[in-house]
Amino acid sequence: MENITNRPETTTSESASSRRSFLRVAGAAAVTGGLLTACSHADDNYLIPSGSARAAGDTVKLPTGDVGILAFAYVLEQLEAAFYEMVLAKPYPNMSSADRQLWTDIRGHEIVHRELFKAALGGAVPTLTFNFSGIDFNDRAAVLIAAETLEKTGVGAYNGAGKYIKDGGYLTLAGKIVSVETRHHSILRELQYPKSDAFAGPTIVTSDTGLHLAYEPTYVLPIAQKFILETIDASALVSSLA
Amino acid sequence: MNLQNLLSDIEKVDGEIFDRLAHVSRRGLFSSLTKKTIAAAAPAIMASALTKAYGQSSGLPQNVKDVLNYALTLEYLEYRFYDTANNLSMIPNDYKMAFEVIRRHEQVHVRLLKNVLGADAIPEPKFDFSAKGTFTDTFSNFQTFAAIAQTFEDTGVRAYKGQAANLQNAPAILQVALQIHATEAAHAANVRYIRGQKGWITGGTAAMQGLPSVVNGSYAGEDNVTQAGVNLVTALAGDNRITPAMIMEAFDEPLDKNTVVGIVTPFFA
Repeated sequence: MENITNRPETTTSESASSRRSFLRVAGAAAVTGGLLTACSHADDNYLIPSGSARAAGDTVKLPTGDVGILAFAYVLEQLEAAFYEMVLAKPYPNMSSADRQLWTDIRGHEIVHRELFKAALGGAVPTLTFNFSGIDFNDRAAVLIAAETLEKTGVGAYNGAGKYIKDGGYLTLAGKIVSVETRHHSILRELQYPKSDAFAGPTIVTSDTGLHLAYEPTYVLPIAQKFILETIDASALVSSLA
Repeated sequence: MNLQNLLSDIEKVDGEIFDRLAHVSRRGLFSSLTKKTIAAAAPAIMASALTKAYGQSSGLPQNVKDVLNYALTLEYLEYRFYDTANNLSMIPNDYKMAFEVIRRHEQVHVRLLKNVLGADAIPEPKFDFSAKGTFTDTFSNFQTFAAIAQTFEDTGVRAYKGQAANLQNAPAILQVALQIHATEAAHAANVRYIRGQKGWITGGTAAMQGLPSVVNGSYAGEDNVTQAGVNLVTALAGDNRITPAMIMEAFDEPLDKNTVVGIVTPFFA
């Protein structure tokens, strides 16, 4: 087991609220990411933030309404991106080139999602601190299970939250993302259970209805919270949904 | 599956369809859907929502019936495509389970529409799975079959998207639509993987998916890199982990109905 706390983006300012600011922030974050990638064979501690990280007990209160739903999505995208950043920062032994390509692609998609939400939200939600100490990044099977769990949670979260979104543009954007999360999940299921119906079998899609997963935000948050050092307070968001 | 066209088509003949669905949805479907036990009844919910939208007397207007029957025609197409292949040794044993689960889902979609239409449901038409001679070995060459399947599934995912915003007043039905949409994406990714493609759509041409240019329409626009007004290539230019291809892959784009119809029309006899 690793004992790693991951906060890949330590240089970003939470005060950036305009798109212009986002572009500058994204550039700074990108430089940091590049440096981290460049020294990926350094010791395990390099991903531990140097002092600006929040700690357990700090609370992040999600806004209400559509902005709250986007913030909720941003929390999940931060979690996913951070996880894949860890997978590639600490590659399991003998990671095949096919596996490396897979993780690199998915990491890329999740970073893109994360940065888009950050741009859309401005400073409404801070950069979070993640703790993946329960995941053995040296074990391919453990990494696959964790990745599949995260993607499944993401798919169900988008499908369950869509009905609460008031703005049609936001809903369409969520729709553009959720099918890509589902593609990730489908492939991860295939890798776990090769050449079977696991990608859309009865544990994922109800066989007599053809419906994929949908989770309420109140179901999703405790799953995500396990990996997040800060406490995510979604009480105002949840009570604003109807 | 092409249920995605259903509601926009109905809207053209009945501008109040979304209000009708919203009314049905508010009358209790929303709360019932949150119960786990109701999940098994979801196709019935979808079917009954459409029926109830037009009153208890099953008074579907003729023009709405026409739309539903057209959707049913498309579902017949896909079901028959998979069902025919299902009985052939062409599909390698490794992939029989995958195509069987997809076949079963298409079967459910056919059943849903037949439930809505009742006695007015049309019988299954004749199909041409050579697409007017474009494909000479659809059911004897697994690669051809899988390529057509990929096109159907990737197109289905894209075609669904434009409908979501129309269903915002009917949250229970919106959720069902989103869940069906995700099922399409799960199919699409696996079929792509079976073909040796990545699970996600890279770039805006058929050639980039290892498919002939005749299905370019299925992929046009998938090279979009601007979302919510943010050009993500520019925004992420400093991050060497991100390629423009990844930005294209990270979002599936909506597809308009005419394009979808153009893609499937050659398969009708």
